[in-house]
Amino acid sequence: MTTMIAALERLRPVRRTRTTHARRRESLTALGMATPAVVLLIVFLVVPVALAFALAFTDARLISPTPARFVGLRNFTLLFQDPVFYKSLRNTAYFAAVVVPLQAGLALVLALLVNAKVRGVNFFRTVYFLPVVTSMVVVSLLWTFLYRQDGLVNHVISTLTLGRVDGPDWLGDPATAMPAIILMSVWQGVGFHMIIWLAGLQTIPAELYEAADLDGAGRWHRFRHVTWPGLRATRTFVLVTITIAAFSLFTQIRVMTQGGPLDSTTTVVHQAVHTGYDQQQTAYAAAISLVFFVLVLSVSLVQRFLTREKD
Amino acid sequence: MVWRTRRLAEASVAVAAATALVAGCASGSGGSTSGASGDTLTLWTHNAGNSTELDVVKKIIKEFNGSQSKYKVKLQAFPQSDYNNSVVAAASARKLPCLLDVDGPNVPNWAWGGYLAPVDVSGSEVPLSDQLPSTVGRYKDKVYAFGFYDVSLTFFARKSVLNEYGIRIPTIDKPWTKAEFDSALAELKKSGKFDYPLEMGTGGLGEWYTYGYSPQLQSFGGDLIDRDGYKTASGTLDGKSSVEWATWFRSLVTKGYLSKKSGADPNKDFLAGKSAIQWDGSWNATKTAERLGDDLAIIPPVDFGNGPKIGGASWQWAMSSTCSNKAGAEAWLKFSRQTKYFVDYAKATSTIPATDAAVQQVDGYQPGGKFNVFVEFARKYAEVRPVTPAYPYISTEFQKATQDILAGADPEDALGQAAKDIDNNLKTNNYDAG
Repeated sequence: MTTMIAALERLRPVRRTRTTHARRRESLTALGMATPAVVLLIVFLVVPVALAFALAFTDARLISPTPARFVGLRNFTLLFQDPVFYKSLRNTAYFAAVVVPLQAGLALVLALLVNAKVRGVNFFRTVYFLPVVTSMVVVSLLWTFLYRQDGLVNHVISTLTLGRVDGPDWLGDPATAMPAIILMSVWQGVGFHMIIWLAGLQTIPAELYEAADLDGAGRWHRFRHVTWPGLRATRTFVLVTITIAAFSLFTQIRVMTQGGPLDSTTTVVHQAVHTGYDQQQTAYAAAISLVFFVLVLSVSLVQRFLTREKD
Repeated sequence: MVWRTRRLAEASVAVAAATALVAGCASGSGGSTSGASGDTLTLWTHNAGNSTELDVVKKIIKEFNGSQSKYKVKLQAFPQSDYNNSVVAAASARKLPCLLDVDGPNVPNWAWGGYLAPVDVSGSEVPLSDQLPSTVGRYKDKVYAFGFYDVSLTFFARKSVLNEYGIRIPTIDKPWTKAEFDSALAELKKSGKFDYPLEMGTGGLGEWYTYGYSPQLQSFGGDLIDRDGYKTASGTLDGKSSVEWATWFRSLVTKGYLSKKSGADPNKDFLAGKSAIQWDGSWNATKTAERLGDDLAIIPPVDFGNGPKIGGASWQWAMSSTCSNKAGAEAWLKFSRQTKYFVDYAKATSTIPATDAAVQQVDGYQPGGKFNVFVEFARKYAEVRPVTPAYPYISTEFQKATQDILAGADPEDALGQAAKDIDNNLKTNNYDAG
């Protein structure tokens, strides 16, 4: 961000010397280049969001002989009386609250490890990144088998404890279903953020570390006073992307538990898709999406405020 | 100044484009017709993954196209998992084919939604009155669809196992009572030979839950909805009998008779001897009989007090309301209603032929055949799923409640919530329209 602004400032005096004609040509080119992206954004983002907002106040259904009618706030009244919606909110918050620090922290640790200059480090980078390039649906299906009562996870637990501990039915027990999904999601996503952290780490100039070494800083002090401040911009990016990804938890739920057992893994997005498609309640799903949009927006704004540049 | 004007122009173009798009989407309900170009009719089926049934469809199309020169039917097959979504998408885009197949319980929903047109098949070789009632899709006293076959729920067991534990093998005249069934399960569990003596396919999500378990609910005296007018589920789905069913259902899990999430292929697990009694569909009968031979016992549903029950209606054929060549579509539907095709379908899908004449010609299903009991089940016990456009919603609610009950939810709360949600849905939707 800072570098971009700096670059623009440097360009400005050059621009002033140009003729209006050249300027117009330039802006036409810019317009031409922006058009595809703008059109795509309008068609696939602005229009659907606008439609969802409008639909939330109607009684639209997926299948219906009658056209949608305006029903005011009825969907929202129903929504705020819906016990499953509160469970969805709670589960989504729970998932985000655990996954955001866990995944960000673990990714940083991995990034620090694979940033070391030792032989074979590329191998580990690849290994950590592999789950990221695998489809979430495939990963979820595989882990569903691992988590079975007679699955691999429980076999390992049983072997390690010499048969004294029988693991639970991970996805079938309301107490363990969400933690099991959290573990799998972190495993799958951690490689991506490791790469982001790694990119951040490599932007920190080596001279700073040399200077710190000369000043006699230990490992911790070097991390605390060189690495950590140097990762400022990366930190914000990682925080925001993980938060948004955590809030939109859906694929794992759809494949592994369908929100069960006893609503212990239902999430806001899963509930929206379930009501919108499986139950044909388009308008109700739109209302859920609208509430979800407001929630994510406010969380993002709060994060933006907390991580703003304070000068 | 120039810059500001430009920015304004750009913004207005964007807004105009967005408005045009929204308007375009909103006005998609022009009364156009489609599904045929001239006398070439499009036909959709859910059978892409099921080659034996698809072959029958192809055969009928080929013979129809060859039997006359006016109409041509063109086939398009979809995988079953995507079929309903494709139809819904096509309907919103006014691009439905002329001819399509539809799962029986969805007929009222699609008829109400204006997807289907009533069909007149009088004058075809097989009259509708010859068919099993559950194979004719009716809504508001009009016929919208008909099927060539039906399926039945049934228990499979090994005679040798039942005899070993002194369990009576029930007959159609004297099915198991609830007490008998419970004590049979207790006996089998006590033997220690089976982790779970009863296999009911609890791992199979979706429509199986409603198809497989709501007949047991009905046998207890409960139901999914009050069928008098289809106006409310409260008092029925959460009534005393329904709660009794749910309590019993949960007790199967707590007593260790039933796994709350069975494997991916329950029939395979049963054949491998993992369970003693399996609740399954007649479509698996041929396969099971091949493996077990004479040891196979085909057992009628348990009479939980209100008589044994099974669900009725399978896939059926219909005509879309937007079809531009209804005469051609009806010609195909009438042509397909020949006994030989009823026979072909039943053979290809190992299902119950929908007419007596066809029953005579399908091995195993003719009177005295080992699968003839299924014809009897379908005739005596079949209860169609609620004939209301709300059915798809009711079914998802029942699935969720049943899953929660298996996982240990309070039966009264789970059914009460489902009944409340269904009532809300009935109230906020104008299901009488259409």
